[in-house]
Amino acid sequence: MTTLATRSRSASRAAFSSGPRGSHRRFGDLRVALLFIAPAMIGFVVFYVLPTIRGIYLSFTEYNILGEPEWIGMENYQAIAKDPLFWNSLAVTGQYVFLNIALQTALALGLALLMHNVAKSTLIRGTLLLPYLMSNVIAALLWFWMLDYQIGVVNQFIEWAGLPRVAFFGSEEWAIPTQAVINTWRHMGYTALLIFAGLQSIPGHVYEVAKLDGASAWQTFRKITIPLLRPVLVLVLVVTVIGSFQVFDTVAVTTGGGPVNATRVIQYYIYQRAFTESDFGYGSAIAVILFIILALVAFIQMKFLKGNESDLD
Amino acid sequence: MTTTASRAPLAKPAGRRRPSRPRFNAGRTGAWALLILAIAVSVLPFLWVLRTALSTNNALAGNASSLLPADFTLGAFKRVFGLQTPAEAVAEGGSGAAIDFWVYLRNSVVFSSITTAGAVFFSAMAAYAFARLRWKGRNAVFSLFLGTMLVPPIFTALPNFLLIKNLDLLNTMLGMVLPYVFMTPFAIFFLRQFFLNMSREVEEAAMLDGAKHLRIFFQIVLPNAAAPIATLALLTFIGQWNEYFWPLLVGSQDDVRVLQVGLGVFKSQSPQGAPDWSGLMAATLVSALPVLILFAAFGKKIVNSIGFSGIK
Repeated sequence: MTTLATRSRSASRAAFSSGPRGSHRRFGDLRVALLFIAPAMIGFVVFYVLPTIRGIYLSFTEYNILGEPEWIGMENYQAIAKDPLFWNSLAVTGQYVFLNIALQTALALGLALLMHNVAKSTLIRGTLLLPYLMSNVIAALLWFWMLDYQIGVVNQFIEWAGLPRVAFFGSEEWAIPTQAVINTWRHMGYTALLIFAGLQSIPGHVYEVAKLDGASAWQTFRKITIPLLRPVLVLVLVVTVIGSFQVFDTVAVTTGGGPVNATRVIQYYIYQRAFTESDFGYGSAIAVILFIILALVAFIQMKFLKGNESDLD
Repeated sequence: MTTTASRAPLAKPAGRRRPSRPRFNAGRTGAWALLILAIAVSVLPFLWVLRTALSTNNALAGNASSLLPADFTLGAFKRVFGLQTPAEAVAEGGSGAAIDFWVYLRNSVVFSSITTAGAVFFSAMAAYAFARLRWKGRNAVFSLFLGTMLVPPIFTALPNFLLIKNLDLLNTMLGMVLPYVFMTPFAIFFLRQFFLNMSREVEEAAMLDGAKHLRIFFQIVLPNAAAPIATLALLTFIGQWNEYFWPLLVGSQDDVRVLQVGLGVFKSQSPQGAPDWSGLMAATLVSALPVLILFAAFGKKIVNSIGFSGIK
């Protein structure tokens, strides 16, 4: 089920398979392989490789869809460096990513521990997964309604509690936290399930030894669960950070970048530059920057948190 | 499994594996309370959506927090499916603009089915080549395929949009499905992993009998992998159903618009100053329903598939 578990098995299998067979096929299976891989290869080249190259090329051009792209060297990047809206989008996205990760990881870890210790029932896990199966658009609209300033049910509760109503989508300070909460709601159960799978792969005897040594529950958690869970936690972090940087759907459907610039996240800004303002060169250049940021983030997380090493070995 | 279950509650005697009878325990009760809270947060919003969808817009403002539908009506659903006259729709707080979710529903079904069928089948073929055939450069090519998982979708979306535009396929179903229909890196990864762990014996016996790879693939590998392929198809279908960004770029016209995009459009039509909340919630429910049905039927499969080979 987990790649962590299957990786070593597949490696030994691959080593085995190159051994005993195949003397009657000196050229390997290249021709058959080409046949089998042809459709996927078309998709790979046409919709992944070429667009990647074209995207990088476009970032060095001025291009408004009509006519031909015009090579302008680094001008887009120089303009971006001086573009306050770009820096704003970076700051807003950073804020979103931070809130999202903090909320989501903490809640998911808690939920995973609950699933693991109290309720292993598939029904419960399934129920908690339900929000994740809904689209971003549905999650956004559902909360857009429940958090409505005038007649949203959440503001009714807030009023009953004697507090002033909150403009969740309409005020600059609340807009991004609200987006983060919606996303957390949608992803919490899914992330918890990933961590739960990690918890289940920790062998029971480790805990028995800890118990014999008289470790307390907190000590066991700190000294055994968390270290052994680290590879899974790192993967979860990498996946959620990369995913959060690309927030778009919920923003596009609810606030459309506003109020003022409060939710103009990077991907929404790219979308606006490229499609609303027909500035494909500029949009592509921001996309390249986003790509580089994501690659760096993934690299740093894997390297410093040592995500690819397990403490179990 | 049982040892970890008895780890959290401190009160239990050491070394005891499974209490013969569940005892009252503060830690356990608290844990259950939290779990029930989490379940409520996950499920109650859907009931609230249903309640709103069955309400009349004009009554919603006065009964913002009543648990039951305010002034029960099926009008919102009729409106969403274009069964109300503009006058009726306006009277119930709708925009009166033509909206027909049947068309969007059809488009979503077509879009998700074609992309799922294509991606799963072609990815299975490629996964077979990566797992079972031996050819030069196999691992390098596989790494390249996997590498595409790291490219953010927005990055390829801009050039892909231009390509579809150059091919004159904007606002066609073909243009919408093309980038997804040949493969998804995740599907290849997922199936290759399964094929690698599948026993080779039957295949090798067939090969000694002179069966060719195509026959082995269709008659042995695919049937044996029916379960993971079904899981993958399920996950892919749900993912495609929920896709928003690409259909928004390429399929903005009514005849190819999918549900997710239609929902966004419906939301932005703000009639009479305030949104048509009951209509919007009815539309949301309609968009969620197919996934809810799949989930009711195959929930266990979905839940168990999520380890570290999760949906995305």
